[in-house]
Amino acid sequence: MDEALIKDHKTAWKGGDLPYKASYGKLMMWFFLITDALTFSAFLASYGFSRFKYQDSWPIAEEVFTHFPFLHGDHPLLFVALMTFILIMSSVTMVLAVNYGHKMEKNKVILWLSLTIVGGIIFLGSQAWEWSHFIHGLAGSDGIFVPATLISNPYGLPLFADYFFFITGFHGFHVFSGVVILIIILINVIKGTYEKRGHYEMVEKVGLYWHFVDLVWVFVFTFFYLV
Amino acid sequence: MSEHHNENFITKYIFSQDHKMIAKQFLITGMFMAVVGMLMSAIFRVQLANPGETSVLYNLLPDFWLTETGALQPDKYLALVTMHGTILVFWVLTAGLSGTFANFLIPLQIGARDMASGFLNMLSYWFFFIATVVLMSSLFVETGPASSGWTIYPPLSALPQAIDGSGTGMTLWLSSITLFVVGSLLGGLNYIVTILNLRTIGMSMQRLPLTIWALLITAILGVLSFPVLLSCGLLLIFDRSFGTSFYLSDIIIGGEALHNEGGSPILFEHLFWFLGHPEVYIILLPALGIVSEVIAVNSRKPIFGYKAMVGALMLIAFLSFIVWGHHMFMTGMNPFLGSVFTFTTLLIAIPSAIKVFNYLATLWRGNIRFTPAMLFAIGTVSAFITGGLTGIILGDSALDINVHDTYFVIGHFHIVMGLSAIYGMFAGVYHWFPKMYGRMMNKKLGYLHFWGTFICAYGVFFPMHFLGLAGLPRRYYQNTAFPMFDGLSDINDLITFFALVGAAVQVFFLFNFFYSIFKGPKATQNPWKSNTLEWTTPVERIHGNWPGELPVVTRWAYDYSKPGAEEDFILQTEPLREGEVEH
Repeated sequence: MDEALIKDHKTAWKGGDLPYKASYGKLMMWFFLITDALTFSAFLASYGFSRFKYQDSWPIAEEVFTHFPFLHGDHPLLFVALMTFILIMSSVTMVLAVNYGHKMEKNKVILWLSLTIVGGIIFLGSQAWEWSHFIHGLAGSDGIFVPATLISNPYGLPLFADYFFFITGFHGFHVFSGVVILIIILINVIKGTYEKRGHYEMVEKVGLYWHFVDLVWVFVFTFFYLV
Repeated sequence: MSEHHNENFITKYIFSQDHKMIAKQFLITGMFMAVVGMLMSAIFRVQLANPGETSVLYNLLPDFWLTETGALQPDKYLALVTMHGTILVFWVLTAGLSGTFANFLIPLQIGARDMASGFLNMLSYWFFFIATVVLMSSLFVETGPASSGWTIYPPLSALPQAIDGSGTGMTLWLSSITLFVVGSLLGGLNYIVTILNLRTIGMSMQRLPLTIWALLITAILGVLSFPVLLSCGLLLIFDRSFGTSFYLSDIIIGGEALHNEGGSPILFEHLFWFLGHPEVYIILLPALGIVSEVIAVNSRKPIFGYKAMVGALMLIAFLSFIVWGHHMFMTGMNPFLGSVFTFTTLLIAIPSAIKVFNYLATLWRGNIRFTPAMLFAIGTVSAFITGGLTGIILGDSALDINVHDTYFVIGHFHIVMGLSAIYGMFAGVYHWFPKMYGRMMNKKLGYLHFWGTFICAYGVFFPMHFLGLAGLPRRYYQNTAFPMFDGLSDINDLITFFALVGAAVQVFFLFNFFYSIFKGPKATQNPWKSNTLEWTTPVERIHGNWPGELPVVTRWAYDYSKPGAEEDFILQTEPLREGEVEH
């Protein structure tokens, strides 16, 4: 932990020890992530519960998500693989931002934070495309498109669409809030708030959240698309 | 966090960030909700004793809740039961108990100036307050508040067209619970990091008072289980409002088939009880923590088996996550799975028994002072034993089938978690009142309050076991509608009598509490001759708790009647004498 932070703590609390060598803010972020992890676990467990019940008739993701923008033909799971790659790369840029924060190199923090934000926005855009494609639906035998919504699903059980929209939506909401928070932090970095404070711990805390959101996506991706 | 500074009315009493003031806000809100919840129970008890008749108590209700003859409408009876459960479980015994004592005691007993984040702490109260307003507003909705029981099982709760109470009232209930969960998570995160990170010099985990251990484990339970209730509620909100089928399948209502297919109401029960069972311990553990402190102080003896007490708390917390199935023995669960849940459930008897025996061993040959707080603390232990014994019956899948959803269950959980926890809360209020308000409460009124409550509570809940064994189901509007239950109406009258007297006895407490805030005799700095740090702070409330440096801790919290010491208590800040061994 940074010397400056310890000093901060000492003056604020007139003594007292830091048994876990982490500031209370960072600890709080970890515990918050645990609560969030349990929220997602409950959704994914429910998904498993329902899917297990209909093992035989559950739609197969490879047959549902086969499109790629501007390309024709079958490209099963290609687009979502690209989305996942972009999101994981945004975790890499986040690590670099935190790293340069430790070294107090403001300009590099700005660069890598901005790239993280760009990655997040691309992911959200891709998800919007994926959703709109799924909502567009499938042509029935009469040639009329049947849309996928919360109450109907041309690919099979409506429950598949329910969980798809709910869980990816809930995750997307997390990415969206992450992007908003990252933008606020970026503004603070540019204004030099953390330079004055003597440490970039805020960047680190947001980094924890961002990695968590990526990690959750790995699970969502696995359960919805791969398994 | 700065030390004491000037405060105006708004920052001192309303948007306060001082943990002591926030604790009082939780306490007062919790007490208000307790009165509301208690009046509701008085009203539905009157209905059960005199079914279909009118009563002066019904004047408290909105007019449109009554029939033309002035009797209670059947669906409003269900609404009262639902709201009574919700209010007592979440508002009084979760927020009112944890919110009050975690906020009040954590910084004071670990030697911190305030909570880790005063702002989040304030936010946690205001989320709770808004949740309260939303919940109370549902009482005045035309179609009535939520009526499908505090467990809100779908499909009843998921279909607005099913009953009146599943309409707007249910929507408000779900919104309110969502706000409540957010508030309690903010609070819980704060409690955990404050205990871990802001302990003063020398306050190692092994020296923490057991109150703090209990509050820590409670907060961890809350942080792990409330998110699942949030998930469970969000899925229900989607089923109700956006047409999804997570919990719904193949439903025909009013001759019309709904589009929903594929969902399962059993899924809801799994998610709900994954919270629901730890919730029991979220309610109970703070009370047990308070009791540990009160019993040790008033027995003038070190708590027996400190490490075993901490271990038992952890074991209870762990086991509480793997027993939820015992609420679902009747759902067609595989009998083998049922036996697994029976096994894990009965395992909880071990740490519970460790705690009870340690309390008894602490009392054994102690120099006992029977203050009102002490009486209530012993009451907690006693109720915990009485209610725990029937828990063994209910936890067994084979026996449970006979009494499932009867008054036996009502009697069981009201004694084991209702009475135990509310006694613990009373013990805490009587014990720490001098610290909260700088004045003493009246002892005689305290005794009246204890004995009145104790006798009436047993008068209410003990006969319920017999009703349950006789097969009387819970949540029935009118037991006299079934000739087979005619023989039970005398017992029902008796229960109602005790319920009304018990409710009236609480006036002693309310009067004592509010009168003593203003007119009670001034308290001294350490009225109970207690070891813990909160009694080293000045009587007058200041933001920052200690006027000068923070205290330095040199010993554990339970050095009572230590041989060689001048007095029968030694403050935690007193350095070890030469040659003295720490406990």
